[in-house]
Amino acid sequence: MRKIVERSLRQAGLELEQVFDAGNGAEALAVLQQSQVDLILCDINMPVMDGLEFIKQLSGVEKAKGVPVIMITTEGSEAHVVQALSAGARGYIRKPFTPEQVKEQVMPVLAVKS
Amino acid sequence: MKAATAMATGGNKETWIPLLELAAKEVFSLMLGTEISLAAPDTTAPPAVTAMVGLAGQLCGVLSIRCDQQSAVLMASKMLGLEPDKVGDEMSDAMGEISNMVAGNFKNKISGLGDGCMLSPPTVVTGNDYSLYALADSPAYEVSMLFEGAPFVISLQIHS
Repeated sequence: MRKIVERSLRQAGLELEQVFDAGNGAEALAVLQQSQVDLILCDINMPVMDGLEFIKQLSGVEKAKGVPVIMITTEGSEAHVVQALSAGARGYIRKPFTPEQVKEQVMPVLAVKS
Repeated sequence: MKAATAMATGGNKETWIPLLELAAKEVFSLMLGTEISLAAPDTTAPPAVTAMVGLAGQLCGVLSIRCDQQSAVLMASKMLGLEPDKVGDEMSDAMGEISNMVAGNFKNKISGLGDGCMLSPPTVVTGNDYSLYALADSPAYEVSMLFEGAPFVISLQIHS
């Protein structure tokens, strides 16, 4: 999935300087303790910890503070969207998705951040 | 009784095969840029690759997609934008993700089920000599489809 998302971001016209990927939320937290990023994309259904727990634990990572999170997930119900946004996600992309849908969610978030 | 529970136990299951078909068509169109079509009902696919996702909650069971090795490589190739001869371990990742998306898209099409049904991480089995047995207690909902002319089968086995 990570390669598919990266491909979609490039197809959407984003220039990606560096992409870090992680197999689960714990690995992602470890990466974020070492590296400064502009955007985090994650699923809700993940091994080790789900996406909502991951967002919660992000607040304990200094380098990740203020970094926007966008969920990319098959969980498409309104309740899941509300849960994710309430937890702190800044965007929500339902799978399957098009590069345009990725762009629609990612670009405004990056524009606000910059 | 909630709508999804009624769906899972009641008489609306005749819509499930068309919904499986539609869910798969959308995934292949959006994620692989490929249109798939219905195969003849008795078409089978050699089970060289089987990707499975478990469903738990108001709807319990297993959704699987099985196809031959060449089709699995081609699906990964189209999904990842790689030449087929460059596809290696990515094949399993892509097949797992396709099964996850078809399962998610399917459950989201059943009114009221989106919240009450969770998906497991996908599992992918490869090989030329294996059988899969799901401890389901109802017949499988199966739809045979054609991808680039090759058959593949989507199966949903449900615990009542």
